[in-house]
Amino acid sequence: MINIEIDGKRIETENGTTVIEAAHKAGISIPHFCYHKKLSIAANCRMCLVQVEKAPKPLPACATPVTEGMKVFTASEQAVKAQKGVMEFLLVNHPLDCPICDQGGECMLQDMSVGYGGGASRYHEEKRTVLSKDIGPLVSAEEMSRCINCTRCVRFGAEIAGQMEMGQAFRGEHAEIMTFVSGTVNSELSGNMIDLCPVGALTSKPFRYKARSWELSRRRSISAHDSLGTSLAVQTKNNHVLRVLPIENEDINECWLSDKDRFAYEGLNSAERLTKPMIKQDGKWQEVEWQVALEYAANGLRHIANGAGAEQIGALATANSTLEELYLLQKLMRGIGSDNVDFRLRQSDFSADDKQQGTPWLGMPIADISRLDSVLIVGSFLRKDHPLLAARIRQAVKKGAQANIIHSVDDDLLMKVANKTIVAPDALVAALSQVAQALDAEKNGKAQTASAGAVAIAKSLSCGGCVAVLLGNFAQQHPQAAQLQALAQQIAALSNGKFGFIGEAANSVGGYLAHATPGTKGLNAASMLATPRKAYVLLNVEAELDTANPQQAIAAMQSADLVIAMSAYKHHATSYADVLLPIAPFTETSGTFVSTEGRVQSFKGAVKPLGEARPAWKVLRVLGNLLKISGFDQDTSEAVRDEALKGVDVAAKLSNTISAIDTNAVSAAGGLQRVSDVPIYATDAVVRRSAPLQATVDAATPQAWLHSEELKKLGVQVGATVKVSQGQGSVSIAAAADDKLPRGVVRVAAGHAATAALGAMFGTITVERA
Amino acid sequence: MLSDQIQANIERELKKYPADQRQSAVMAALRFVQDEKGWIAPEDMADIAAYIGMPQMAVFEVATFYHMYKLKPMGEYTLTVCTNLSCQLSGVNETLLHLKNKLGIGLGEITADGKFGLREGECMGACVDAPMFTINNKKLCGRLTGEKIDQILAELSAGGQGGKQ
Amino acid sequence: MSTPIIFNTLHFDQPWTLENYLKVGGYKALRKVLAEKMLPEAIIAEVKASGLRGRGGAGFPTGLKWSFMPRNYQGDKYLVCNSDEGEPGTCKDRDILRYNPHMLIEGMAIAAYTMSVKTGYNYIHGEIFEAYERMEAACEEARKAGYLGQNILGSDFEFDLHNHLGYGAYVCGEETALLESIEGKKGQPRFKPPFPATFGLYGKPTTINNTETFASIPYIINNGGQQFADLGVPNSGGIKLFSVSGHVNNPGNFEVPMGTPFKTLLEMAGGVRGGNKLKAVIPGGSSMPVLPGEIMMDLNMDFDSIQKAGSYLGTGAIIVMDETTCMVKALERLSYFYFEESCGQCTPCREGTGWLYRIVHRIEHGEGRPEDLDLLLDLCNNIAGRTICALGDAAAWPVQGFLKHYRKEFEYHIEHKRCLV
Ligand SMILES: Cc1cc2nc3c(=O)[nH]c(=O)nc-3n(C[C@H](O)[C@H](O)[C@H](O)COP(=O)(O)O)c2cc1C
Ligand code: SF4
Ligand code: FES
Repeated sequence: MINIEIDGKRIETENGTTVIEAAHKAGISIPHFCYHKKLSIAANCRMCLVQVEKAPKPLPACATPVTEGMKVFTASEQAVKAQKGVMEFLLVNHPLDCPICDQGGECMLQDMSVGYGGGASRYHEEKRTVLSKDIGPLVSAEEMSRCINCTRCVRFGAEIAGQMEMGQAFRGEHAEIMTFVSGTVNSELSGNMIDLCPVGALTSKPFRYKARSWELSRRRSISAHDSLGTSLAVQTKNNHVLRVLPIENEDINECWLSDKDRFAYEGLNSAERLTKPMIKQDGKWQEVEWQVALEYAANGLRHIANGAGAEQIGALATANSTLEELYLLQKLMRGIGSDNVDFRLRQSDFSADDKQQGTPWLGMPIADISRLDSVLIVGSFLRKDHPLLAARIRQAVKKGAQANIIHSVDDDLLMKVANKTIVAPDALVAALSQVAQALDAEKNGKAQTASAGAVAIAKSLSCGGCVAVLLGNFAQQHPQAAQLQALAQQIAALSNGKFGFIGEAANSVGGYLAHATPGTKGLNAASMLATPRKAYVLLNVEAELDTANPQQAIAAMQSADLVIAMSAYKHHATSYADVLLPIAPFTETSGTFVSTEGRVQSFKGAVKPLGEARPAWKVLRVLGNLLKISGFDQDTSEAVRDEALKGVDVAAKLSNTISAIDTNAVSAAGGLQRVSDVPIYATDAVVRRSAPLQATVDAATPQAWLHSEELKKLGVQVGATVKVSQGQGSVSIAAAADDKLPRGVVRVAAGHAATAALGAMFGTITVERA
Repeated sequence: MLSDQIQANIERELKKYPADQRQSAVMAALRFVQDEKGWIAPEDMADIAAYIGMPQMAVFEVATFYHMYKLKPMGEYTLTVCTNLSCQLSGVNETLLHLKNKLGIGLGEITADGKFGLREGECMGACVDAPMFTINNKKLCGRLTGEKIDQILAELSAGGQGGKQ
Repeated sequence: MSTPIIFNTLHFDQPWTLENYLKVGGYKALRKVLAEKMLPEAIIAEVKASGLRGRGGAGFPTGLKWSFMPRNYQGDKYLVCNSDEGEPGTCKDRDILRYNPHMLIEGMAIAAYTMSVKTGYNYIHGEIFEAYERMEAACEEARKAGYLGQNILGSDFEFDLHNHLGYGAYVCGEETALLESIEGKKGQPRFKPPFPATFGLYGKPTTINNTETFASIPYIINNGGQQFADLGVPNSGGIKLFSVSGHVNNPGNFEVPMGTPFKTLLEMAGGVRGGNKLKAVIPGGSSMPVLPGEIMMDLNMDFDSIQKAGSYLGTGAIIVMDETTCMVKALERLSYFYFEESCGQCTPCREGTGWLYRIVHRIEHGEGRPEDLDLLLDLCNNIAGRTICALGDAAAWPVQGFLKHYRKEFEYHIEHKRCLV
């Protein structure tokens, strides 16, 4: 520890900290622009100049390390003169038109110039103008004349997002922040540059000129679009969500927000919003009163339960429904007498269900990811599925952690990967078991017989430090998911590490806690669709986009006598449903998500439901009442939550432990195997309708990706349209080459209208010249 | 695509630096492209980025930071004239005037036949030889007089190297 | 002037060859160091005794700098030579590269031995491509002859030297910008601390010296530090190369002892052009404050004398201006230079150098205002000492110097909208 004095205040601080850090810790603010605690030190703005005893010149607080006995003066004459001088320089080429600037009211420069700027400008020369840039649909670089060249955006890209898309080109006064040859910024974290930009140079394109910051009300909320449980603020005006910003939470999202969480709100007011209950009569959709629709639904369910039997009713919900919604849904089903309820719609292997001890979860707190020394990530489109978790791992890798990958694609993770094994989906289990074998040999001094790749991964995992095996979405959706889990458990045990699942969606853990899974008599999501039911209750589900096998799902829906769709949107359900009940998305209702690390977080609605939409928990409650099921008298979502979690020790429930499972049963697939990702902006109903997100490169129409040797075999040129078929369905999409793919696979995204006519996300698939 | 010659040259430069510091060769790589093509187009920068294994934007930053890189064609022979203080004191204004008259172009321009381009440069670190210019960044011609300039231009027009040291 | 030390091969037709260098005792110092297995401390002691101060402009004692290199560091360390000479008026290093490249190689090899460094880089100013080529050839020659590479002169000492060509950025002369540039980045200076001795090239301990500094080493080893020191004056040891340019009859580089009267140097350069009257002199490269001719005529060329007169010896580059010189115009050109060469990284320099230039430009073009001169000085105070590197100071000092001694001329310009001379 080191003792220093700032403005007469004695401060004890750790060796190696900088003056600005010490000051901030002691609650003393020092003006700054380029400094940001999560970015490297640039010391280029010079705003933080302070006087240091015995130093002949003012020193930048952000870059000056503390030394024992140091005396710092942040507001002495010398310091203030230096700060004022810098402020004057910052303003000479800066447009002084705050009233029309989009950043007005939340501009660091504006705030500080009030304190440090002089009166009239002494600058009478011509001001520099910097051309506006188009860097994509999310971030506006319209007003680059306002840029103060702090390079926060550039450093963010290079250091946190992992790719240098922005740079500072040219030099001196001509220095300009831009992308290479007017390219777009494609990072899935790009929106953070908006927050980082201290001035109005980089602003939110969708939010531009929508409102002034002081006109906005703000409500704390939780991310609904991935499983991290990111803390965010929903900002509204006139009952409209106009902006979403991160709330700093070091244990979860630090100070970041993924573009998905930031811009998804643009899908909330889509023209496709369902705002009135509707029923289909004589093949025609009619808007009806709530009472009518609810009674229609209740009667329909009662009729089927009494006739064909309650087991002919199935309920499906997406994992981004709230805990309360999932809880009441299963309660309703069980009240009717059906055990068929599930929220794991993209899962295809449920054989772990009776072998699993508890609720699968991350296996460790998110914050612990930063402390890993070696990690094995199995079957994960990490960057796109979990952008901020990827960023956290990226930082860990920078500090020396080793990332090992086993997957069926080799997308650039923008971090150093120590070892990777890229194999076709049907070889995934074997690849993992090789690692287990190699670890066993390593640990027990046996001769190594495993592949060199597996041995390398095993070596990395047996480093003796903090080790984890993480199973991604792909591994969870894999037809041998249970075997992968068992192997991950074995590997974790052999390397004294932890293992867990990176949950797919906001409530991948919460769904289990809500019991939205079938009991011993019930059918899971896959069986419910494979053996069609007479009636379905859908919660937030778009059957052709949210399930493991769209073809089968749509067939099941079409053959059912009754489909009750609870949805925020009017969608494809109009072709198979009988009742559409408009429900509120997460910004319009209160609820709870349990994140992948098991953190239970409740939130309130930020705005009133649109039109006649109602929170789904209320809709389910009334349905319960209409069906005369007892226990449906909660009058707040909190009451539902408390009931759902009553007597539940969440931490004790979390467990990835799985009992012994035969891991040798590797099915040999013939022909081409399908590898499918759910693209980052296709994961749920809201993001699918966010226009700015849909305009990004990441939202491009899916293509059929093959190794170029496979393309050659098929006689197909890159860019040519091919016919991709599975089961009875086929789609025509463009062929693309990715030589990092293993042979024998074709990568075709799921969750997208362009590929919704296809079958299962895994399995054989054919590709032909169109 | 970078020509075989450029690739060979880059390989030679890469040997100067530690194996994990390939980016160190980017300045030379840009120079090789410029020497071969006369200027550096964005596609060339992208090629260099791919070859060296660095972000395209980082190549662009370098190409735009150092002023001897030409981001547009500047004639078969680019004459860069130092106009800094020692050269100014030694009559570079007359030198420039002579060049402008002789070539019929101003600073930043190229002759109609594309043969000559004129650029202003900063201190070349050869002030005792003022006034001076460089030809294609390769050859520095100092102690210029009207006569000497005429001779150099004639030689270059005839396809020669242009002036002796 | 007695026998030259650095320009000791100039009498040959091809002064730059290894053969000719050997004829004047080349590589004797390196041989001695290796044969006697001289202790690094002993070499550093000699360099300290020589009074050698960095020739790159800042005049930092070389022996002291060398002693900063961590001795027991495990891993790579680097030695870097700064041949990026681009400070207007300065052109001495070019002649070392062109005429005596082996002396530089020998000096660097000795430095590398002293600091246990295996790899060195010589960063050469982009515009002097011919000097770069010559240096490349000399390194190849030295490698073949066993002065560079592994087992140098049969010892277990290993050192290789590579040349890196700059490409038009004055700021790369600043040592940390230079390191960034070798790393293949923009030449934007780094904030210090950490200093290069702990975090230098590729993040490794690095020592950077000027070309002339290294070239002075062989003599010091051959003849002892004291003998070198004795050539000069107290606090300014040895000989020094002075580049004399501008309004002189015979501009050129001159090797003379430290402390040589300016008058003598001016004579060596053939006196003021056309017998004109001496008006002003910049004594150490364009960044150093200008001094009036009369003051200069009484000064000796050493660190202390020039500093006492209100300027700095800098790189020893002397720019001579005669009575016909318009000081506003001269400053306008210099201010343009710093504006043009600012790297754009930190605010005061990026925004301030353009502002300075535009004001001086206005004054020169008859659009000056009476308050401009005080504004200029205030801006200088807001730039100098507030930037990441000394380019900010380098931009401010000329303005302050010109205004200190020639304010009247500026006032005349503002008032009469034309030149006094
Ligand atoms: C803007 C700027 C330009 C510089 N240019 C040079 C240069 O061209 N050559 C040089 O040797 N030192 C130059 N320096 C000084 C170097 O930073 C450094 O002090 C020097 O290379 C150290 O070598 P020395 O101790 O042998 O003098 C410059 C410094 C600044 C701030
Ligand atoms: S655009 Fe904003 S964040 Fe980027 S350098 Fe400019 S002011 Fe800083
Ligand atoms: S905050 Fe310290 S220099 Fe910018």
